[in-house]
Amino acid sequence: MEIQYLYGLLGGLIIGAAGALYLLVNGRIMGASGILGSVVDGSAAGDDRTEKLAFIGGLVGAPALVALVFGANPTNLSSNIAVIVAAGLLVGIGTRIANGCTSGHGVCGISRLSLRGIVATVFYLLAGGISMVLFRHILGVI
Amino acid sequence: MRSVVAALAGALFGLGLMLSGMTDTNRVQGWLDIFGAWDPTLAFVLGGAILPMAVAWRLTRATATPALGTAFPPPPEPKLGRNLVIGSTLFGAGWGLAGLCPGPAMASLAWGGWGGALFLLAMVAGMVATPPLRRRFSSLA
Repeated sequence: MEIQYLYGLLGGLIIGAAGALYLLVNGRIMGASGILGSVVDGSAAGDDRTEKLAFIGGLVGAPALVALVFGANPTNLSSNIAVIVAAGLLVGIGTRIANGCTSGHGVCGISRLSLRGIVATVFYLLAGGISMVLFRHILGVI
Repeated sequence: MRSVVAALAGALFGLGLMLSGMTDTNRVQGWLDIFGAWDPTLAFVLGGAILPMAVAWRLTRATATPALGTAFPPPPEPKLGRNLVIGSTLFGAGWGLAGLCPGPAMASLAWGGWGGALFLLAMVAGMVATPPLRRRFSSLA
């Protein structure tokens, strides 16, 4: 077994522990797109907004600190500006229309056997796979 | 106090994403690219994350309220709806194209360079544009 699978499993357990903490203590579903989306579109207000901003602060800050001390593996993101902007827009619009992304629908939804979470995951995985076929193997842009 | 816990949860989430390799777009695209050099890492990440969450959901049934809150989230909405399918499809297309979803896009901001910042900016723009777009479409339908 590749060591990366073990890191994946360990990292996954930490992600799940984060979601469990947020659920059991704050009573909330840990969905990255919902947390960021409701802060930037103004639908989160008052204490709710403060709490979400704190979450985002931890999410950006903790990896930044670790990267500063120990370094980080590169993101290997495409350098094609059109690809980056189109992908960002699709992810932003898509997750807000669907009301969730990999963390909310995937991790938090599937773990309570939510039909919506499972269906969303099936569709974004399928679309992701088709996107790879189209943009990598047919068009060759990524 | 709730904000301290939220920051802690966010920090753990970010560190988990970093350790698991989900901030490396090659790994994510490797998982989605079943016709290329397929990389199964993401299955371990998702499986690993679902385990503690499944236990947590079970614990919500044993306790009346969250430690620092008034109520647990309501049970999942049974209705699927067109938005869930359309939105997830758009999201998946973008996820494949760049290899970033919202969590890792935020977690890798510090070392993602100008490209990572541009992706986050475009994603935020899409998020801000969605409520007015939705109103527009529902008024047409």
